[in-house]
Amino acid sequence: MNGREIVRVILLVTSLVLMVANLGLIFLWVPMELVMGQIQRIFYFHVPIAWVSFLAVSIVFVASILYLWRGGRKWDILANAAAEIGVLFTTLMLISGATWAKPVWGVWWTWDPRLTTSLIMWLIYIAYLMLRAYAPTAAQGARYAAVLGIVGFVDVPIVYFAVEWWRNIHPEMVIGPLAESGDLEGSMAITLLFSMLTFTALFSYLLWERVSLASSEDALDFVRGLEGAQ
Amino acid sequence: MTGFLRPILLIAWKDILLEVRTKEIITSILIFALLVVIIFNFAFDPSPALVALVVPGILWVAITFAGVLGFNRSFILENDRGSLDGLLLCPVSRDVIYLGKLVGTVFFMIVVEALLLPVFAVLYNVSLFLPGLLLIAFLATLGFATVGTLFSAMAVNTRSREIMLPLLLFPISVPVLIAAVEATRALLDPSASMPSTWWQLLLAFDVIFLVISSFLFGTVLEE
Repeated sequence: MNGREIVRVILLVTSLVLMVANLGLIFLWVPMELVMGQIQRIFYFHVPIAWVSFLAVSIVFVASILYLWRGGRKWDILANAAAEIGVLFTTLMLISGATWAKPVWGVWWTWDPRLTTSLIMWLIYIAYLMLRAYAPTAAQGARYAAVLGIVGFVDVPIVYFAVEWWRNIHPEMVIGPLAESGDLEGSMAITLLFSMLTFTALFSYLLWERVSLASSEDALDFVRGLEGAQ
Repeated sequence: MTGFLRPILLIAWKDILLEVRTKEIITSILIFALLVVIIFNFAFDPSPALVALVVPGILWVAITFAGVLGFNRSFILENDRGSLDGLLLCPVSRDVIYLGKLVGTVFFMIVVEALLLPVFAVLYNVSLFLPGLLLIAFLATLGFATVGTLFSAMAVNTRSREIMLPLLLFPISVPVLIAAVEATRALLDPSASMPSTWWQLLLAFDVIFLVISSFLFGTVLEE
């Protein structure tokens, strides 16, 4: 086993163990929330998933800057891997959020700043993957994607403020009794923190796996190129 | 004219001269914007009471859609006739080329808006001759064009280039659309004063993306 393989196995086993313990905490250990009941347990998935989404797009941003500034295929591979996982987790965030909102708020969706910003962010990073796929050459796709990785990340907070000010003018239609979340009770806070840790480990594993896969693809292309030259 | 401004205006002038001779961009996007306005009329059938509510949205959706077509043409012409290589050979830096293309695009959009607004005012029976609206229209157009010009230079090289530009531009320019629509709505309501939030937001968007886009434009043009 080489070094890369060892890191992969460590990340996989860590994520697996943490995830089993995490599920135990969420479904067996943490007490039932009084008002929302079982539904509230979605929260322990939704918040960590949202955290991973923002972590992923931050990595896209940093890797894009490094790619344009320093060059080097590794930054491009990292940005692409993080963007793919980011789109996956943003999708999960939107789905888990809507599943929670329906029983609690009475609607699947409201145009609240956080929800709207997440939706716009999802669209930006889907465009990121499409731009890369539709580019004429791989090198151009990498540069175009890096440009969008930077512009998109800077844009997300501006979208948030725009939607927040917009919402002030059009007051929220649904303000349920549960729209505001209060302080978390101790065991709930522990569960949430543990779940964040678990999902961060899962994200690290997925990112590692995706980056290794892209590196293997590169190596394969290189070998095929050698064969073709002979 | 200073040494920095002159090449920018020359590049913009080249585009304007081309447009004066071909009349391709302005005519087509003006008619397109007009069609959007008319189609919205059938979709909403706004009564006089409803007009104040839907007019800002219709106006800015028409300008946004027309803008996408205009931004697309900006680099499709350069690309298809191979004149982009000539532009790149000019002894000016890449951000000057970006600013030149940007000035040309903003100019076309302003001309289209200047022609569209009176027709719009007549069709929907609203008064749009407000100094505040000119400021908002300029800031919003500049906002769309900063990212639009950058994305247009990328989208023109991709497969399915006509659809790629709106996919890139619309999510990024959501703040511009929100600010432009809300500011126009506040201006049309005589009782309300326009919150300074909106033009400040537009100004912030313009400055941020003007800087980032001129910085990134060079990497987009590399082969």
